[in-house]
Amino acid sequence: MKETPLHDVHAALGAKMVEFGGWHMPVQYGPILDEVRTVRTKAGLFDLSHMGRVRVTGDDRVRFVDRIATNFCAKIPEGAIRYGLFCREDGNPIDDLLVYRGKDEVFLVVNASNTAVDLAWMREHAGEFRVAIEDQTDALAMIALQGQESQAVLQPLVPDLDLASVGYYRFGFGTLCGLPGTRVSRTGYTGEDGFEVYVPAAEATRVWDALVRAGAPRGVRPIGLGARDTLRLEAGMPLYGHEIDAEHNPIEAGLAFGVSFHPDKGDWIGRAALERVQKAPKRKLVGIKSAGPRVPRQGYALFDGSRELGAVCSGSPSPTLDTNIGTAYVPLDSGAIGGRVEIDIKGKRQKAQFCALPFFSRTRK
Amino acid sequence: MKATMRPNDRRYYETHEWVKPDGDTMLIGITDFAVQALSNGNEADLVYCDLPEAGRILEAGDTFGEIESVKAVSDLNCPIAGEVIEVNTQVEDHLEILAKDPWKSGWLIRIKPVSKSLDDLMDAAAYEKFLAEKH
Repeated sequence: MKETPLHDVHAALGAKMVEFGGWHMPVQYGPILDEVRTVRTKAGLFDLSHMGRVRVTGDDRVRFVDRIATNFCAKIPEGAIRYGLFCREDGNPIDDLLVYRGKDEVFLVVNASNTAVDLAWMREHAGEFRVAIEDQTDALAMIALQGQESQAVLQPLVPDLDLASVGYYRFGFGTLCGLPGTRVSRTGYTGEDGFEVYVPAAEATRVWDALVRAGAPRGVRPIGLGARDTLRLEAGMPLYGHEIDAEHNPIEAGLAFGVSFHPDKGDWIGRAALERVQKAPKRKLVGIKSAGPRVPRQGYALFDGSRELGAVCSGSPSPTLDTNIGTAYVPLDSGAIGGRVEIDIKGKRQKAQFCALPFFSRTRK
Repeated sequence: MKATMRPNDRRYYETHEWVKPDGDTMLIGITDFAVQALSNGNEADLVYCDLPEAGRILEAGDTFGEIESVKAVSDLNCPIAGEVIEVNTQVEDHLEILAKDPWKSGWLIRIKPVSKSLDDLMDAAAYEKFLAEKH
């Protein structure tokens, strides 16, 4: 199992560590739902160094990304970030990712569990493109600061970058804790305002400690992956292996904003298949909430009377909504917001209701 | 020394339930290990416990309920055959009892057993050894 540069920090904090995507990661430092509340009311610090970071350079970098990813890289303004996916010819994703459009590079952030597959797939399709693909996962630590206190905590540590000028899904470079040229993006996976920073692995502990010290007076605490999963679910953000996977395409998942059929993007892998899905989708991703005591879990079936509608993708207690929530696929003629549905939990039915996604958003109004 | 802390007045099952004779009946609960594994040491992470109605007939090994934490669900298995004659509804409403006192006030169901023999189950020492080997 791989360890991040902050592994010893988590151990010293008494974190409960688990295997996640091939990495030994902190799932929680304290009660998970308390960690969710900390991020919603103050801010939290996350070690995301397990995420795959890939830098693409070379003359054809933008054309290459436009060939292998679903979003329109050539249309991303320099300094901006867009969500996209890598899909197979059948339109089903092998991963989802963030695309940072830099001056002379395209920087990709992918899921830990898929990094090796993504890299192999990128190299397989590099072919004639004049690109260099550099895996920076081990060289860089990735730390996220998420929550409304984030800017106030981070700004003094990066004095030469005005964070107020870095808009949502934009990035810049500044001197963070004395490290010139540090990438700082206004991104995250929580539905809160916040930042993600990328620092050399050897500097990770020093930067983490500086963030902990700067954040402590404002109630900022380290947050584990358990709370991160609940935060992203509340924010209606997909997780590979749950809402999207080799059998669940981005169109039906409601991720069309990350898929471009613009003629200028040219042909890209999965385009034809996803155009067909867009013309004739068969199902849709919906939110469910349930006042019942049981938490919806991946794989639980949803029923409308005797009609089986689909299955739960993700579920969690939501401290923000104070109810149990989940996502599920249902047929197009089902899932009207407010409509009643039942969750089959090992033979017992629990009442639930369809609701809009996201469940919560401060950044996507 | 954790090895000496688990009570010797009862027997243990491989899925981390305990059985304690109490007069003509037997109490079933779960061990501190089960609570710890499910909650990662955070009692607030326990969110739900589903227990049976009194009158339910159970075979040894039957699942009689479920317990949930924020991120996981675990079956509750009955180590012995018998009839459920009482359910500790306190626990359903106050899951923190399981973290604070899994051995006494955290009992889950009371069984009228088919047989009084608990010879098939582990004693405290065997359970310690089982935990050391399996986990």
